[in-house]
Amino acid sequence: MPRGLEAFARALLGSARDLLPIAVVVVFFQWVVLGQPIPHWERILAGSVLVVLGLTFFIQGLEMGLFPLGESMAYAFAQKGSLAWLLAFAFALGFGTTVAEPALIAVAGEAALVAAHGGVIPDTEAARAEYALGLRLTVALSVGAAIVVGVLRIVKGWSLPALIVGGYLLVVAMTAVAPPEIIGIAYDSGGVTTSTITVPLVTALGVGLASSIQGRNPVTDGFGLIALASLTPMIFVMAYGMFF
Amino acid sequence: MEYLERLTHMGLATLRDVVPIALVIFVFQLAVLRRPIPNLGRVLLGFAYVLVGLTLFLLGLEEALFPLGRAMAQQLTDPVFIGTLAGDGAPRWQDYYWVYLFAAAIGFSTTIAEPSLIAVALKASEVSGGAISVWGLRVAVGVGVAVGIALGTFRIVTGTPLHAYIIAGYVVVVIQTLFAPRMIVPLAYDSGGVTTSTVTVPLVTALGLGLASTVPGRSPLLDGFGLIAFASLFPMMTVMGYAQLSAWRARRNAR
Repeated sequence: MPRGLEAFARALLGSARDLLPIAVVVVFFQWVVLGQPIPHWERILAGSVLVVLGLTFFIQGLEMGLFPLGESMAYAFAQKGSLAWLLAFAFALGFGTTVAEPALIAVAGEAALVAAHGGVIPDTEAARAEYALGLRLTVALSVGAAIVVGVLRIVKGWSLPALIVGGYLLVVAMTAVAPPEIIGIAYDSGGVTTSTITVPLVTALGVGLASSIQGRNPVTDGFGLIALASLTPMIFVMAYGMFF
Repeated sequence: MEYLERLTHMGLATLRDVVPIALVIFVFQLAVLRRPIPNLGRVLLGFAYVLVGLTLFLLGLEEALFPLGRAMAQQLTDPVFIGTLAGDGAPRWQDYYWVYLFAAAIGFSTTIAEPSLIAVALKASEVSGGAISVWGLRVAVGVGVAVGIALGTFRIVTGTPLHAYIIAGYVVVVIQTLFAPRMIVPLAYDSGGVTTSTVTVPLVTALGLGLASTVPGRSPLLDGFGLIAFASLFPMMTVMGYAQLSAWRARRNAR
């Protein structure tokens, strides 16, 4: 037990070190640049303790739960040998984790406001809600599609740079014709789709697949799913802005 | 009591994040794969840790970091602080140097603490047999986010078009892809997407919106967005650049 305790203490120290830069930046700007005392410092100290504890538990849980689970499922699918089921799983994972993502719900709400403001949709509660829901479904679909393409890439051994560069060219071309109000939101929606729980799971899935399929290298073939999941929302959201 | 209420609220929010994932895994494991999950007890405990950890992490951020960070973003972008009220009203981009510095510093430090980046860095180090170090990757990504967000705030101040920067950035990424060591390319692409989740987004959004609403002639709706896109673009460049630098140094030492 003391050994477990020691490991926990070490993990806590590691998390504290991870968060130290934020503390330094905040204190420097507050004291030196703005010349003000830290308000409610005892509340902030208590919050920081929670953050350190939380990060420690999260990383522990990652190694115990999310990583092994993602990998064991990748191995199981590779053994089963059914590509269709693997792709169905990939789509469900991408769609399911994105549609409920809080950051996306926030961005979709703001995008609806922008659209109503620009006169694209009528400025009513119902129209905005409908627009926001449409946008959320669009992004969730795009992430599902991205994971499917990414898994296919790992299985078939396609080149990732070709896919990504091709996708970016499409983004550039669409930027020229999409309505200007949607562009900022489309670019940002690529970044907000991948949540803290999705990333480790999807990474473990990709790496697990790449290491269980013969001729694939986990380093060069295992990564790339997140990249695709950040690219496709831009394309889908601009398309949504063009057609609705 | 209020604390407890927020704890439950945050816990429920995290749970809502986890439920769809658990559901998908459960259905496929039982209906399609039809085999038990190895070490089920340990995996479930791990899931519980992730839930508890994320809840405490987000609650702590809400308590400690976000109010202060938002207040600071507002104060730093305040025309009184910038000193533009005294002049003829048209601010010069040079006046905003503290904003750029704050953007870079907060971008770097929040990226170092980003849980999803830690996850990807751990995995990358594991599968590369240590060739890609956890800290090397995290610092490279952190520098990328710092440069990206600083440039993003500069864009808001100057009002130059977003897509010009992003497209130019993609061109650089494409050129780097041709020359960077092959091993790093997928990882570099991935690090663009992982940088911006729990910690970075709320602070950076506050900074962008604060800036867009105080700089004359900017609209928060049109100019407030786009910082996240910068934060996802530049890490690709710095991660590939870091790999190129290491490869170049290794070649030089070999001679």
